[in-house]
Order: sequence, then C-alpha cells, then structure tokens
Amino acid sequence: MKVELLWWEGCPSYPETLADLRRVLAEEGVSTEVEMVEVENDEQARAERFPGSPTVRLDGVDALPPTETEPFSLTCRVYRLRDGRISATPDPEDLREAVRRIK
Amino acid sequence: MNIGDAAPTFSLPDTDGTEHGPDGVTVVVFTCNHCPYALGWHDRLLQVARDYPQVTFLAINPNDAERYPADSAEAMRKRVDADGGWPLPYLRDETQEVARAYDAKTTPDVFVLDADARLRYRGAPDEDHRAPLCAEWLREALDAVLRGDEPARPETDPVGCSIKWK
Repeated sequence: MKVELLWWEGCPSYPETLADLRRVLAEEGVSTEVEMVEVENDEQARAERFPGSPTVRLDGVDALPPTETEPFSLTCRVYRLRDGRISATPDPEDLREAVRRIK
Repeated sequence: MNIGDAAPTFSLPDTDGTEHGPDGVTVVVFTCNHCPYALGWHDRLLQVARDYPQVTFLAINPNDAERYPADSAEAMRKRVDADGGWPLPYLRDETQEVARAYDAKTTPDVFVLDADARLRYRGAPDEDHRAPLCAEWLREALDAVLRGDEPARPETDPVGCSIKWK
C-alpha cells in the first residue's frame, strides 16, 4: 500500500494527522512508511489536485474525498469529526476505515 | 505590537457597508470563512460577544479574496445572512493594512484592547478549536481588563490558518 500525506506549511495540522495516520497504520498491521509530499505553490496544488492540507492518499486515492468542489489551492481542509465537530484534522476512525478498505 | 502598546486605530466596512472601529474595550478577531480553525472557534467567539455586551467586538476578514473566493465580501455577506445575523460586525480588510498593522498571523488571531486602546491580550481564544471549551483565555483576559487588571495570561500562540496575503 502506498501511503502519502500531502501538506502545506500554512496549515499547522499535518503533524497531528501524521501521528494519527502512523498509529492507525500500526494498529492495522500495515508497515508502510508514510511518504510526505509538501505542496508549495498553487501550480503544484493544481497539478497534485490538492484540496487542502492535510490530505491523505492511499494508493493514490484521497482517503477521505472532499464533498465540496473547491478550487485546488494552498488552503487548510475542513474535516468533520464523527460527532459533527469541525476539525482541521480527519477523524482517526475515518482514516482507519479507509485503510481497512484497501489493505 | 507588544502587550501594552497602543493599538492602531482603523475603520472598516461591515457586510452592509457600515464602518466600524475600536471603541472602548474592544476585541478584534482576525478570521475568515474557509479555515477549519476559524470555523471551529466561530460559535464560541460569537457566544463571548453575546456574553459581554459592554465590549466592542469586531471580526475582520483580511484574506486575499482573489485567490480565495470563499473570503470575498459577497461570501461574507451571504454567510452572515445565512446565520440570520451575527452579534458582532464582520469587517472586510480589503487592503490588508489593518492585519499588517496588527501583525496578525492566523485566522483566528485575537486581540483585546483596553479602554485606552492599549493591547492587553493577543493569541488564541482557548486551547483547542475542537475541544468543548468556551474561549476561556479570551474570557479571562476580558474579565481582567474590565476589572482594570492586567490579564494573568497576556499572550498565547495564535493557532490557525496563515493569513492569505496578496
């Protein structure tokens, strides 16, 4: 499984997402290293189809596809935790579900 | 701008075009429409504004709306209308001069000014945009300023999305 974390320095949430992702992968018995991909400008954001930071891709597919169609740009993604709260990071259980779907 | 410094004065238009600026004890919050941190803290900041009617609250959106259309003046107006109005004006800093004068870093970034327009608190509303908190750090600072005291915690690190400079 290829695991990527796309991030932008203007959004401080990626270290927490990386920690959550590593923990979920370990708990699910997936030994793959997380590949960090820094997105540095709008051109790269469009080329990477980057909906915002942080974005987790599993085998090249967004683990949590965005529901709204926003222009690909340097921005922070808005996630919803399972209890409905707005968050700058994905719910770890949503990451776990995504990992289980393809492992 | 350091704690105790005179804060820059300003006048900016709200979503109806009415100009607003600091007046007496004032809370200035740089915020925006699309950042998860700003959205996560939004409701509790509005509740602080409702709970302190004697304080002037000003929300300011300084983001570059060309690159981030979700932060345009029109999008701001639609958001306030969709909410049935806010208990504080939502101001547009089109030139970003106010954000630069305050050295604002993130959305949100909170500044509390005393009645003499001196900076008494700067930072985050509280510890975590996701936790069930109520903007305690801001409330503590406001309570101190309204008593005429120095806030016990005058500075915290602002946490949020970087301001989208032009």
